[in-house]
Amino acid sequence: MNFAVIVFPGSNCDIDCHKAVEDTVGQPVDYVWHTETNLSKYDCIIIPGGFSYGDYLRTGAIARFAPIMSALLEAAKQGKYIIGICNGFQILLEAGLLPGAMLRNRTLKFRCHQADLRVETTRTAFTGDYEVGEIVDIPIAHGEGNYYCDDATLAELKANDQVVFRYAGSNPNGSVDDIAGICNKEGNIVGMMPHPERAINKLLGSEDGKRMFTSVLNAWREKHGTAITNS
Amino acid sequence: MIKATVYVTIKENVLDPQGKAVQGALNTMGFEEVSKVRIGKYMELELDTDNRDEAEAKIKEMCEKMLANTVIEDYRYELA
Repeated sequence: MNFAVIVFPGSNCDIDCHKAVEDTVGQPVDYVWHTETNLSKYDCIIIPGGFSYGDYLRTGAIARFAPIMSALLEAAKQGKYIIGICNGFQILLEAGLLPGAMLRNRTLKFRCHQADLRVETTRTAFTGDYEVGEIVDIPIAHGEGNYYCDDATLAELKANDQVVFRYAGSNPNGSVDDIAGICNKEGNIVGMMPHPERAINKLLGSEDGKRMFTSVLNAWREKHGTAITNS
Repeated sequence: MIKATVYVTIKENVLDPQGKAVQGALNTMGFEEVSKVRIGKYMELELDTDNRDEAEAKIKEMCEKMLANTVIEDYRYELA
């Protein structure tokens, strides 16, 4: 299974994402620079965190127009697995691949700490190895994670089982309905503010993020008729 | 050469955390009469054209596509 980690000028979690794939599932993973226009070889595309384009204008606003994005839209249409983490989530929102928008944290503070999340659905490619209702420990580090959508969109997200994670403890940024991560209707695209790539080893404080990577590998294997492992 | 100014503000029904913080600070400073603050962006664009209608259409397109996130922001523009 081929993984891609897209790198924009200002991305800074790309190395962690790359290492996370190596250490959790050991599959081939490439860095893909934002000027590339072809993602056809990849089965899973990771859009890492950071400050792409310095967060100028709005976070993710300029990344959304990078050359790589048309290839990403194509991959999304083809049902490839896409995960946007933190700035990656912001970029997916700006690109319209996920509904809603991101505002500055309500407290105006940059929150950088451990966070308890509740897994709300296991139907996405990235959460198959979890249990619904499970509480996981995954760190956050963001100043603009206040997810917003209007009432109609929120109703739709709930009705279509599109809320993937909620903050289980206190909500660190004021996001609507305590939402920490969502997916598209089909479940192949996930966006989340917390950083699972930083929770893959007990030495880092938590390995609860590891199963997001094993889940997507299992999802891909199931699709391609090969054996599923419980590792 | 046509100059345009674009104003982008957070929508009325969306909480503006920055505005709220500034309001709180103004109140603390003694300006208690301030009951609401919204903070927005102000942009100046220079367009290399003299066709006002075309320029206006282009500015509107720029606002819709990039300068404002229409999920959470309103915009208005003026051509000089």
